[in-house]
Amino acid sequence: MTAQNLTTVEVRMLRAESRKRALQDSWTLWKRNPVTIAGTLIILSLILIAMVAPWLATHDPFDQILADRLFPPSLDYWFGTDNLGRDIYSRVIHGSRLTLMIAFVVALISGPIGLVVGVLSGYLGGMVDEVLMRLSDIFLAFPKLILAIAFAAALEPGLTNAIIAISIANWPSYARLVRAETLAVRNSDYIDAVRILGAGHLRIMIYHLTPMCLSTLIVRVSLDMGTIILIAAGLGFLGLGAQPPAPEWGLMVSDGRNYLVDQWWVSTIPGIAILVVVLGFNLVGDGLRDILDPHQRQS
Amino acid sequence: MPAYLLKRLISLIFTIAGIAVVTFFISLVVPLDPLAAIAGPQAPQETVERLRVLYGFDQPLYVQFGHYVSRLSEGNLGMSFQTGRPVLDDIIQFFPATLELATIALIISIVSGITLGVFSAVYRNSWIDHFARVFSLIGVSMPVFWLGLVLMLIFYFKLDWLPEPGRLDIMLIEPERVTGFLLMDSLIAQDWEVFYDALMHLILPGSVLGLFGLAGIARIVRSSMLDVLSQEYVKTARIKGLAEHLVIVRHALRNALVPTVTVIGLTYGGLLEGSVLTETIFSWPGLGRYLTTAFLTLDLNAIVGGTMLVAMSYSLVNLVVDLLYAYLNPKISLDGEGSLS
Repeated sequence: MTAQNLTTVEVRMLRAESRKRALQDSWTLWKRNPVTIAGTLIILSLILIAMVAPWLATHDPFDQILADRLFPPSLDYWFGTDNLGRDIYSRVIHGSRLTLMIAFVVALISGPIGLVVGVLSGYLGGMVDEVLMRLSDIFLAFPKLILAIAFAAALEPGLTNAIIAISIANWPSYARLVRAETLAVRNSDYIDAVRILGAGHLRIMIYHLTPMCLSTLIVRVSLDMGTIILIAAGLGFLGLGAQPPAPEWGLMVSDGRNYLVDQWWVSTIPGIAILVVVLGFNLVGDGLRDILDPHQRQS
Repeated sequence: MPAYLLKRLISLIFTIAGIAVVTFFISLVVPLDPLAAIAGPQAPQETVERLRVLYGFDQPLYVQFGHYVSRLSEGNLGMSFQTGRPVLDDIIQFFPATLELATIALIISIVSGITLGVFSAVYRNSWIDHFARVFSLIGVSMPVFWLGLVLMLIFYFKLDWLPEPGRLDIMLIEPERVTGFLLMDSLIAQDWEVFYDALMHLILPGSVLGLFGLAGIARIVRSSMLDVLSQEYVKTARIKGLAEHLVIVRHALRNALVPTVTVIGLTYGGLLEGSVLTETIFSWPGLGRYLTTAFLTLDLNAIVGGTMLVAMSYSLVNLVVDLLYAYLNPKISLDGEGSLS
């Protein structure tokens, strides 16, 4: 009895040890790549900016001063003003909240749906698998942006519906991923062991399969963040996402279209904000791919 | 091979049926009364009622769905409320413009993607590699609609090097329509002025769209080049004294291109998608812009028809890519019996 306890403790310690080493390896790989560091910094500053937006903004993002419309960037209006005399700098700062919110809510909706569908499909197999996977095939047959546009337009344009639409376009690829992961561990010895101990299907799925799929899914979702933000901005640009007067970056680019030639800042500056943020997520994603790549680890 | 092909074709049929259901569903959830949109806000109630019967909206759902399916099976996509023409005619008119744009964009992606990928692999971890990586990441991170606006501002409004948005100068007459591709049609008609002008019009939207696909191709070329370059036969080629560029192009690149095919196929699908925003910016008279207008005006039949066509071409491209990949890569057995090692 004591011997067995000892081994469990030992196993725990070994496990903790290896986890620590894996973490250290990741840290080394992260440090080695300047590109990943840059990406991380961008994302961290975005989160920070979103948190303290009201203090960073110099003006009310909704305040229209028509006398000051279309002013070029100056000391007073750092990024200039738009066609309604609103301060573009303050709007871009406040827009960071919308962007982050959209990306996280979409992740929080489509991630869990993909997880549930994938685990059910992979574990139960048979008819359930067949039906769920055919369903996801159908959704995967549409290019993501087009599906999102179609649902956003059909559900009546607006921020909430844009989020729903992007989530609808997003879950199938997560379901596929989780299913593959579930299939890989479904028949392993430890699942058999749990089953022999008397665990029911539900318990196996929730406590033993879901945790195994979670890390892969989280990595995948974080790789997708950039795309989600781009799609949201695209919807906003087309008038199918956030509605005026929301300081959504895609919408702001679209607002400035008519003033492109003489008042370039109205359109270009919010676009640069989108570019920088998406680039941040993609840089981290690119580094993440390296960190998780076993070939890189060995070298 | 035939068994695999059959299996894929059957699942394609399922997918297409599913696409039809999803598009029907999309047309159902529309909260606005599309009839009010067609008839206009001031239309008397009886006109709306007449239209309702005319378009079959008065029938129960399953009947509507039945009509819808039988219509589709005849290739009848209904009338567009916007243009007042059959949706199919609209699509036939607009699709070639999109295909032409996407094809040019794909060529730009492939050429620049392969070049970047090969250089990154050959000069691994050098500044060239880092530059290529950051450049292609910037490419995918760029909002297409914004890049389009900025390039238009620079090259059309400020520098005036490239022509205005659209497909052709308004002063020029389109050549006789044979393929619908302006470049090809003007070649057939031997109208060099139109050919040149159409090409100039393609440069900006083509590059914007092409940049979008570049990163994926560059990444896969880089990693498969790295794989191939470390193999024995490449060493052999070097040892026997072959010039380095020949080793790279003739021996390494050729094999590295196999996995690239998949990504190229996926890119093509992505380009169809990207064309929606690009065409809106560049007033490109293609399917993307047609769809956007349809979405914004809730032109139901056009939405359903256009979305279906895009989804179907997307699935077809995926199928072709899978087949091509399997054909090129002898390690993959199409009947699922062979091993992958």
